[in-house]
Amino acid sequence: MSNTYMINGDAAAFSPRLALDKVVFKGFNLWYGDNHVLKDIDIAIKSNVVTAFMGPSGCGKSTLLRSIDRMNDIIPSCKTEGDVYIDGRNIYEPDEDVYELRKTVGMVFQKPNPFPMSIYDNIAYGPRLHKMASGEGLDKIVEESLRGAVLWDEVKDRLQENAFGLSGGQQQRVCIARALSINPDIILMDEPCSALDPIATIKIEALMRELKDKYTVVLVTHNLQQAARVSEMTAFMYIGEIIEFGATSDVFENPQNELTENYITGRFG
Amino acid sequence: MKEAQKEKAVRGLLYVTVGLSIVILPIIVVWVIANGVGAISLGFLTGRPYRFEYGGIFPQIMGSIYLVSLCTLFGAPLGIASAIYLSEYASDNVVTRTVRFFTETLAGMPSIVIGLFGLEFLVYYLKLKTSLLAGAISLSFMMLPWTIRASEEAINVVPKEYREASLAMGATKWQTILRVVLPAAIPGIMTGVLLGMGKAIGETAVVWLTAGSGLEAFVPRTLKSPTGSLPMYIYLIATQGHTAEGLQNAFGASLVLLVMFLAMSVSALFIRNHYLRRLGS
Ligand SMILES: Nc1ncnc2c1ncn2[C@@H]1O[C@H](COP(=O)(O)OP(=O)(O)OP(=O)(O)O)[C@@H](O)[C@H]1O
Ligand SMILES: [Mg+2]
Repeated sequence: MSNTYMINGDAAAFSPRLALDKVVFKGFNLWYGDNHVLKDIDIAIKSNVVTAFMGPSGCGKSTLLRSIDRMNDIIPSCKTEGDVYIDGRNIYEPDEDVYELRKTVGMVFQKPNPFPMSIYDNIAYGPRLHKMASGEGLDKIVEESLRGAVLWDEVKDRLQENAFGLSGGQQQRVCIARALSINPDIILMDEPCSALDPIATIKIEALMRELKDKYTVVLVTHNLQQAARVSEMTAFMYIGEIIEFGATSDVFENPQNELTENYITGRFG
Repeated sequence: MKEAQKEKAVRGLLYVTVGLSIVILPIIVVWVIANGVGAISLGFLTGRPYRFEYGGIFPQIMGSIYLVSLCTLFGAPLGIASAIYLSEYASDNVVTRTVRFFTETLAGMPSIVIGLFGLEFLVYYLKLKTSLLAGAISLSFMMLPWTIRASEEAINVVPKEYREASLAMGATKWQTILRVVLPAAIPGIMTGVLLGMGKAIGETAVVWLTAGSGLEAFVPRTLKSPTGSLPMYIYLIATQGHTAEGLQNAFGASLVLLVMFLAMSVSALFIRNHYLRRLGS
């Protein structure tokens, strides 16, 4: 699915206001049992930009992120109300095929979680699962995915080694490559750097800025500087609600809501 | 001063008890080796028993191997499938809690009771006769709870992060179990199965009632053949043998049984350690 806006885009000259709405939440509510975790969420996430979700711990950032590929379905006590549209299609319709949906949405988790397999098998997992390729075709997907995650040069001679032998930052890039392998158009990242050292973090952040050329990237982060460095759009969440959403520079320099301002200036946490 | 002396006495006592419990098993092993090694010869290992306590134990060795293999063939897949169901599919309700309660209490159920059930139900009612098949099925009843427990444990320690990663790639639950959970759990499952096999190979009461008289002169040819086994042989010769040679043969058979048992335990241990290293933890 190609996007006309950012194919050869120059990120600096790019205005998020021009991008398409890729993921749209409309009156979306979510409960875990009796715990009302997401309240009347209305937000439009644009294609080919990095959108950051910020907010204090427990405010529902991860839950909101996981609503985009319906990963919350796994939790038995989870109930939802309202709609989420991807490219205009409501993914909470009863006849939605969640497995197809999750193929088009890649996910990267907080803790690097490669499978206990070789680097190659980690990346080949999705393509094999969905019978996308085999033999040389599969080799090519593995290479392209690893290149996409800027890891190819570091691991090309050790593809058959166990992924656990890699450093934390490399493992996280394996996970990113794994997410890229099935050709998604949206990439969700839930605090992907919080388990990494500063140098690995810089690499992943650079990668995020690159990824948005091809993908829509949604990022959960606790790190204000990170949100400022990599995202074009920022949503500030507080106890299940989106308090403020706008261009990152606006949210940081000119917050409209007192809660946002307090958070950004570090007055609560 | 008095309290200090008491403390010393308690320590001393603990040292003695710990020492005893540590040395008792090696002592038994050494004792079996010392008494049994004289019986071991090619003729003993490849011959068949005659005139009760003379001759070799080849049919008994093969009988034990057949019984345990067949028992594993029945017990392991059933146990693993039950564990998958219990840990991955069953919700926590009265039924699953009951099943779990039974598997936990039935592990270690007096084996004579299982033997009696095998005798009445398999041997008489289903007319399997005292045979390889009846013995193996009865042994698998004994092995089942252990396999279920070990497999469930092995499946439960597979980090949920792997499952999430797989599901997020668009895999179904079953695909995730097959491609991620089971491969990661298989060493743990195998450890459990091998330990269960170790229990089965040493089991006497069950094979006594369901498999055969113990001194069979032939390796079983069909599933319905009566099947001798090492524990039964040892029991009979040790309690009813008359000569020094008979007693030595009982020790020789014990030594063989011990070696087979240790082979299983050591493989279980090896797999467990190897697996932990591979998981990187
Ligand atoms: N599996 C679950 N079952 C029940 N409640 C949950 C579950 N996961 C999260 N919650 C609850 O939902 C609320 C939002 O959690 P969520 O993980 O989305 O917060 P978060 O903003 O990502 O927090 P953090 O910054 O700590 O990661 C919390 O109150 C949490 O306790
Ligand atoms: Mg979170």
